[in-house]
Amino acid sequence: MKRQELIVSALDHGTVIDHIPCDRLFEVINLLHLEQMTNKVTIGYNLKSNKMGTKSIIKIADKFFTNEELNQLSVVAPNVTLAIIRDYEVVEKRPVALPDELKSIVHCNNPKCITNNEPMPTLFHVVDKEKGKIRCHYCNHEQDIKQVKLV
Amino acid sequence: MNRSLVTIADHSREKIEYLIRMAQEFERHPNRLLLQGRIVATLFFEPSTRTRLSFETAANRLGARVIGFADPKVTSGTKGETLKDTIMMVSNYADVIVMRHYLEGAARYASEIAPVPIINAGDGANQHPSQTMLDLYTINQTQGTLDNLNIYLVGDLKYGRTVHSLLMAMRHFNPTFHFIAPDELAMPEEYKQYCRQHDIRYVEHKDFDEDVISQADILYMTRVQRERFTDLMEYERVKDRYLLKLDMLSKAKPNMRILHPLPRVNEIEYSIDDDPHAYYFQQARNGLYARQAIICDTLGITLEQVQNDNTIIL
Repeated sequence: MKRQELIVSALDHGTVIDHIPCDRLFEVINLLHLEQMTNKVTIGYNLKSNKMGTKSIIKIADKFFTNEELNQLSVVAPNVTLAIIRDYEVVEKRPVALPDELKSIVHCNNPKCITNNEPMPTLFHVVDKEKGKIRCHYCNHEQDIKQVKLV
Repeated sequence: MNRSLVTIADHSREKIEYLIRMAQEFERHPNRLLLQGRIVATLFFEPSTRTRLSFETAANRLGARVIGFADPKVTSGTKGETLKDTIMMVSNYADVIVMRHYLEGAARYASEIAPVPIINAGDGANQHPSQTMLDLYTINQTQGTLDNLNIYLVGDLKYGRTVHSLLMAMRHFNPTFHFIAPDELAMPEEYKQYCRQHDIRYVEHKDFDEDVISQADILYMTRVQRERFTDLMEYERVKDRYLLKLDMLSKAKPNMRILHPLPRVNEIEYSIDDDPHAYYFQQARNGLYARQAIICDTLGITLEQVQNDNTIIL
């Protein structure tokens, strides 16, 4: 069988976001504001994956993400892999991991939390990276990262 | 350095013992002019007469002046002013702000933006550290120690923030906790997990009778509130099972003391008030000394200064 990467065209400079769960693809697209981008973007949806069954992939030409953008990505799709491409070569490959803190990335689920009632940034401490448990810095409520809304 | 008191969970064993020693000084001599010239603001975004009177008495007995509001209806919050704006405004006037708020995390946020220290007098269901401090003070006062005690928590263990804060603060002192609550109000899993993480022993009981509580050093009662139940049939079934009656004290240890954060409704039979095990009114009085210590500590006044204080009014 031909290798998966060959289905979508190769990239000379840019970022490849691989192993996106298919049900999270459109959230990732929204999160990275790809619809506003003028860069060349290639999106693969429902591709075969040995690891995951099906996966999605996004290739963005001439785009290199900041740490803050990566943090956001980890909230929606914690197990994606990221490849930085320069001159058709993968110069860096890294998994996206939950950071220790999430600043202004997600809303607190607790309606009685001060952050939902005052114009202020949110802050969460990541309690368990594997289980995706986060704790609000303000109201102390522990919550599942899959159940929080993005800011 | 931010000297605010937001949660007791931040305090080390040494810090708790230090504040107890300071409160003991105030128990000996509550009337002083130690805070003469200082202004304490009490901002109660949610009414709480008991807590407010206790804080204001603490400040007044130390010679401070008190400004503030007891009823949020009179503040600009009702006009749409943010908490931040209110806090920044009052920070211009007062040396320390005691605040009670109905939103969880309000005190933490205030402590991060205010140039003066904040004392959390309760933020929603979250924290109420001055209550915990007076509980610890009372436990130490009645048992002569905080170490190795059998502490029984009875009633609403799900929403009762006082029992949660007490549980966390006691982690330094090798306690054994006993949880006695109806299923709907059982101790939440996250606090049981907290116990396991900090090697705190705990036992869960379904029954509440003289045999179960016979080994208690501290019997901490809380109110089972009707409005906490989604199933009112369940409430009717369990409401009388967690009432403390005089005859249940027949096998109690002599040193056992009954505590209650108050207000009490009917969960402690009134005839118990005259029993030597009853201690909830003395506990409430300790709130004064604990809060005097908290106010002084947030203002940067040390135990040594309190001990060498020559402003005592005899």
